[in-house]
Amino acid sequence: MSQLKKIGERTLKFSIPPVILDARSIVGPKEGEGPLGDTFDRVIDDMYFGEDSWEKAERKLIEEVIKMMLEKNNLAPKDVDFLFSGDLLNQTITSNFAASTLGIPYLGLYGACSTMLEGLVLASMVIDGGFAAKVTAATSSHYCTAERQFRFPTEQGVQKPMTSQRTVTGAAAFLLGNEGKGPHITHATVGKVIDGGIKDAANLGAAMAPAAVDTIVTHLQDTGRSVKDYDLIVTGDLGYVGHSISLDLASEKGFNISGVFNDCGILIYNPDQDTHSGGSGCACSGVVVAGHLLDTLRKGKYKRILVVGTGALLSSTSIQQGETIPGIGHGLVIEAADPQ
Amino acid sequence: MTDSNNSHEAQGKKLKSQVKQSQQQYDQQEYQTIVKKHAPKKPLLKNCASAFFVGGIITAIAQVFFNLFSNAGLLERDANTVVVILMIFSGAFLTGIGVYDRIVKFGGAGAIVPITGFANSIVAPAMEFKREGFIFGVASKMFSIAGPVLVYGFITSIIVGLVAFTFM
Amino acid sequence: MSILFAFLVGGVLCLIGQLIMDLTPYNISTGHILVGYVTTGAIVSAFGLYQPLIDFGGTGATIPLTGFGHGLTQGVLEAIGTEGFLGIFSGGIAANAGGIAAAVVFGYVMAVVFNPQG
Repeated sequence: MSQLKKIGERTLKFSIPPVILDARSIVGPKEGEGPLGDTFDRVIDDMYFGEDSWEKAERKLIEEVIKMMLEKNNLAPKDVDFLFSGDLLNQTITSNFAASTLGIPYLGLYGACSTMLEGLVLASMVIDGGFAAKVTAATSSHYCTAERQFRFPTEQGVQKPMTSQRTVTGAAAFLLGNEGKGPHITHATVGKVIDGGIKDAANLGAAMAPAAVDTIVTHLQDTGRSVKDYDLIVTGDLGYVGHSISLDLASEKGFNISGVFNDCGILIYNPDQDTHSGGSGCACSGVVVAGHLLDTLRKGKYKRILVVGTGALLSSTSIQQGETIPGIGHGLVIEAADPQ
Repeated sequence: MTDSNNSHEAQGKKLKSQVKQSQQQYDQQEYQTIVKKHAPKKPLLKNCASAFFVGGIITAIAQVFFNLFSNAGLLERDANTVVVILMIFSGAFLTGIGVYDRIVKFGGAGAIVPITGFANSIVAPAMEFKREGFIFGVASKMFSIAGPVLVYGFITSIIVGLVAFTFM
Repeated sequence: MSILFAFLVGGVLCLIGQLIMDLTPYNISTGHILVGYVTTGAIVSAFGLYQPLIDFGGTGATIPLTGFGHGLTQGVLEAIGTEGFLGIFSGGIAANAGGIAAAVVFGYVMAVVFNPQG
């Protein structure tokens, strides 16, 4: 029996760290106007993306981003062993359609907004396990499809509470390989579902914060590392509210992460873009990691970062029936390529 | 003997799960207070001022039309009906061209409470679900909010009527 | 002058709605507000308390949804006078048929003509 690659409670240490060969992103107009606007590969200026429904637009987003990534690497869909993908729409229909168009062997995922990280964790395991040479992980979300499914029709007049977040319109795709150059994934910490008892669907940051902090703390304990070992600890989409709650929760547990702690939902928009608590959605962590964070790693500004993809596990039915919103957070350590 | 042992064990298990459950409930309550501490403050004063202003403007515009129609010789009741129809049309039209949601964003209840807001709540879901077809999309979704409003409006007035009929 | 009074009464009715939305710990949505206003209007009107507000504020009291509730109740009460028991069921809708029909027709037409912009 070979030795387990699991260390501590639930952290995976990859023996052949999967390499992020490439990562691409497409975003909507509002994200393009944000502070990270020029780190995305493509910014669309029409929420319909030339289609006649928002659902089709989202489907086109994820198809286009994967196609773009394959083209830039001179790959055909058949060169990719597996596709891990998911989205927010019921039964992950967007990813299912995209997978049917692309024809890559497909494993569909649902981790709410943590789907991008869930996909990357699983893709890394498949590569390190020796089951594949090239794996794609992708995700998408669209402001209008999410609003319509989880909240209100877009043209309905509502005054959103200050804790609410804006679903990022966009799609991201990552290409992982078992060899090559680039930033690589060394560890992953699989999240536990934690229910903080939050029932307010307009305060998802608060619903996810306990799970995010739990994953960060467990990761540090499992690896025996300290906060100082990371240049950045970044969560997926806690927003301003969830971010400040997390800082409190972490210091309660004896970890002062304030110096290195940030959140993709905060990074993606300017405070004056009227998104209240920040960005959310599957694409939020996806496009920020694929664009801004990998750029920073490639430039050598960061050596090692911990990304925690956060997800609020709600459904429109559970919310209407007054159930609580459990959260989850999957952690992933990305290190810059070795200097040699 | 074994029976009582078993029941003891079962009781112990039950107790344990109860303790665990109340611990979780306690943790969740504790967490609520942390969350509350971090909740951003609502701009209450600004919200109220703009609700008052927007609501006032909408009803004042209606009054301008009402005066116009009354002066033109319409009975009060008819003038009222015409104004209501006109306001519903405006609310529906502004929703169609994508303006009304922005008015509500600024004016809050000031744009929800007037009948223009009622019209918005009809058009917005109907328009959004057009892709689902004209029967189960548009026509059925029209009443997702308007339906409850009519139901409770009718029921309340009919109860009032029953009471009045019985006691008068 | 009537315009100013309409402004004040309409403004205050909306202000109350805003306070309900902002000060209660629950998430009060558009649906809750609209249903609450219609029901309240219908009940207040039953005690004869809504007509004075209309006399003072005109459309400031009729255009908010409480006015719709008032219209329903008054329709029922009037119809009881003329039609008796049957009036309980026909009066409310008959008195507001114009508004209800307009809401259905304009709602439908606008939804068919326009597309949501997001």
